[in-house]
Amino acid sequence: MSQTIEAPVRVDEPARDEEEHHDRPWVVIVWNDPVNLMTYVTYVFQKLFGYAKEHAERLMWQVHTEGKAAVSTGTREKAEYDVARLQAHGLWATMQQDA
Amino acid sequence: MSWRTPVKPLSDGRYRLRLGAEERQLVGELCADLRRLIEADDRAVPRLFPPAHRDDAEAAEDFDRLTRGTLVEGRLEALRTVAETLDAEFLDEEQLGAWCGSLNDLRLVLGERIGVTEELDERLLRTSADHALYGWLTWLQSATVEALASRL
Repeated sequence: MSQTIEAPVRVDEPARDEEEHHDRPWVVIVWNDPVNLMTYVTYVFQKLFGYAKEHAERLMWQVHTEGKAAVSTGTREKAEYDVARLQAHGLWATMQQDA
Repeated sequence: MSWRTPVKPLSDGRYRLRLGAEERQLVGELCADLRRLIEADDRAVPRLFPPAHRDDAEAAEDFDRLTRGTLVEGRLEALRTVAETLDAEFLDEEQLGAWCGSLNDLRLVLGERIGVTEELDERLLRTSADHALYGWLTWLQSATVEALASRL
């Protein structure tokens, strides 16, 4: 690389990082808690996401045994929508951007 | 307490709710308490409104500001539905869903208050009124979940 294009590249870097940051999908996490019933958690996953019972049960078991599970991914807006719906059903849901 | 399930799916799409008058009255009183708690100071029930972002307090506050009103209104709406159908023998799917959600909210608030753990302590169920109440709410909610899930 020649010196002459080094400066513009440096200037562009933050913007490019921002864009990549923006593109990374958001993940919705459900955390284990001692109150929500296993049957209820499975039911909520089926009802909200349309997951088959086997898939919903697998996620429920992951929450139960590992303490948490990623239950959906997507844009920030979709993640916010899903977290709000899960919280409306009493599940302990958070969102974070994929590392 | 009946051995039979208190919630039975019917062939016409509705559900039969088999609860005694005292049990219905108890649900009504608990739901009225929860409604007052949510209306008076929703910060008193933090378990119902957990932060949506674990490591970003600012984003969690933004989320809370955007969603709190809708989440509160949804919970109050469900509690209203339970109050309106407290003496009903038959419930439609939406009404039973409201019962299920309100029972879950009651268990979340009571469970946090009495510090329930995943292992049910049989001794506490016999010796503590709050734990016995929690156990009873769990029994009733389980039946609503089973009935609703049978239709998915």
